[in-house]
Amino acid sequence: MVTLEFYLIVAAILFSIGVYGVLARRNAVAILMSVELMLNAVNLNLVAFWRFLAPTELNGFVFAVFVFAVAAAEAAVGLALIISIYRNRQTVLAEQINMLKW
Amino acid sequence: MPEALAPILDIATFIRETLLSLFETLGASPELANGLVTFIGAFLIANFVLLILVVNIWMERKVMARLQDRIGPNRVGPWGLFQTVADLGKLLSKEIIIPSQADLIPFLLAPLLAVMSVIGIWAVIPFAETAIGTDVSIGVLYFMAVSSFGIMAILMAGWSSNNKYALLGAFRAVAMLVSYEVPIILTLMVPVLLTGSMRMNEIVMAQNIWFIFMVPLAGIIFYISQVAEVGRQPFDLLEAESEIVAGYHIEYSGFAFAIFYAAEWAHGFAICALFVTLFLGGWQGPFVDQIPTLGFIYFLGKTFLVYIIQIWMRATVPRLRIDQIMDFCWKLLIPVSLALVVLIALTEGIITTLAEQGILTAPFLANYFSTATAADMLPRTFVLLTINAFITIVTLFLLARRGRAERERFEAMRQSMAPIEAGTD
Amino acid sequence: MLTFSPVSVSFFIMALFTIGGGLGVVTTRNLVHAALFLVLSLFGIAGLYVLLEAPYLAVIQVLVYVGAISILITITVMVTRRLMGIEETYNRQWPIAAIISGLLGAGLIALVVAQFGALTPVADVPVDNIEQLGRAFVTHQGFLLPFEVASVLLLAAMIGSIVISRDV
Repeated sequence: MVTLEFYLIVAAILFSIGVYGVLARRNAVAILMSVELMLNAVNLNLVAFWRFLAPTELNGFVFAVFVFAVAAAEAAVGLALIISIYRNRQTVLAEQINMLKW
Repeated sequence: MPEALAPILDIATFIRETLLSLFETLGASPELANGLVTFIGAFLIANFVLLILVVNIWMERKVMARLQDRIGPNRVGPWGLFQTVADLGKLLSKEIIIPSQADLIPFLLAPLLAVMSVIGIWAVIPFAETAIGTDVSIGVLYFMAVSSFGIMAILMAGWSSNNKYALLGAFRAVAMLVSYEVPIILTLMVPVLLTGSMRMNEIVMAQNIWFIFMVPLAGIIFYISQVAEVGRQPFDLLEAESEIVAGYHIEYSGFAFAIFYAAEWAHGFAICALFVTLFLGGWQGPFVDQIPTLGFIYFLGKTFLVYIIQIWMRATVPRLRIDQIMDFCWKLLIPVSLALVVLIALTEGIITTLAEQGILTAPFLANYFSTATAADMLPRTFVLLTINAFITIVTLFLLARRGRAERERFEAMRQSMAPIEAGTD
Repeated sequence: MLTFSPVSVSFFIMALFTIGGGLGVVTTRNLVHAALFLVLSLFGIAGLYVLLEAPYLAVIQVLVYVGAISILITITVMVTRRLMGIEETYNRQWPIAAIISGLLGAGLIALVVAQFGALTPVADVPVDNIEQLGRAFVTHQGFLLPFEVASVLLLAAMIGSIVISRDV
């Protein structure tokens, strides 16, 4: 029997990998991919808690479904922003998108 | 019904139970035996899909030839039946040429992913009442998820070949396939709405009257968008030979090409099976209640008939341009299917509410499942057909108006250009 | 603790896919490969959902992530590839980032193990789970309002992304 902690450990590792990607990657698309990893880690947590603690309730399940919707919206808008920035500045490197910096 | 005939009457259950008892007498635990039988079933279905390709491709060439007033393959084997086997032998003996700049792992993974996505579809298609890979509660959604793998495979193939025609083909594929997924999902919702279940077997069982007679518009839109999703003529833009050579599989040769080819043909056949399951009553037919084995015959017969329509379309309709294809999807199929889904949901809701309150009487109370006979369903069929006819008429009216406006614009343009032409004469 | 069973073996395979794919996303230099690793990782998560007896979520995961988001990301990478060939994929702060995320991971794991040691499911998942979900989405007692808000969000995102990336 696989117990709750194993799912949570997988989710925790995945989340830290995502954090590392967001902090260390230079390319904006790669940063977005890492954000997707973090979202998925959170979602895995939600589903695992739903399955182990309250399988007869719908709340955790529905939460995960809404995270899907938000993730889809986030990816669409984020990628549109990246393409727009690329059109205007010919770069997708996060450190070169610095017009608002002192 | 004599007892001795039972194995033949329900052959799927018979084979399953024989194998189960065989494994258990060999000393396997019930779980292991179950697992082994499931594995054998999956093996059989996957190989059935690949083996029936021989018949499919032969049929395609034969029917195409007849439509074009030719004879078609007739040298290898009876009626040229083994031509495909010979072709396969040729392809297998060839070298897989890998372009020097290709991205090796995605390049080799792409054909496998493509064929995987197609074989995966068959896991939820019921061949007969008792013969279905796995009757999951989300069969329809599963089908959509599995076939979305195919797009990824095409994208991988196009990218990793490091060839601009391949990449163009992949971009076209993504633009087109993602668009055509929308009408597919919308029309898939119609049978699901009517039966109230996403289980394939329940959808089949609910079709005392085939859904194609209840909601013909949904069936037609589903079929057209599926043909586009497979990328067959007239929607074969992803590999249009005369424009982008062969699209995403331009760099593939030998066995890798054979796998892509097989995936495409198997996908074409799989969508026919799916169409039969959702709209043509699947394994339903006379006497199928007593003799479940008949389901195989009905199912495969219908599937091959639908497949012939696909070949017919291929032989008749010329290839469309990319903008025409996208216009067709976004400006015609999606609005029509949206209207259809909304109207059907509304009517079903109103009918059920009224029937529950006792305002509408007996015929409308008939449930799609269990006891309802075809005659019980007639009133509902009539209502749904009226909606379909209404939407069709409105659509045709709008299209006619649009066409007339277009023609008038064209005529006006010609009129304005006429003096110049006359002057230069 | 863990015992050897089909479920635990599949769990480890899927966890391997998930974490291996995640590592691939953040370490590989070729961004198309990173996107493919992302697909692998998301697929592993779909497998974990199946093991958690939520096949509906697994299918949605494949449909939304593999079928839509990954393809969007791959296309974006291919469209913006002029600067992709650069050697360095990390910025200067990557050692700090590695330390921070390592500490975060260790802390989270310690917390999780301490808080939720070997816990087994309290009950089985109801058979008509999906039906309940469908009803909950369209009733006032359920999640009608969040459902509508989510659809408005998706519409806004669709219009927004079209407007932002429009080629004028």
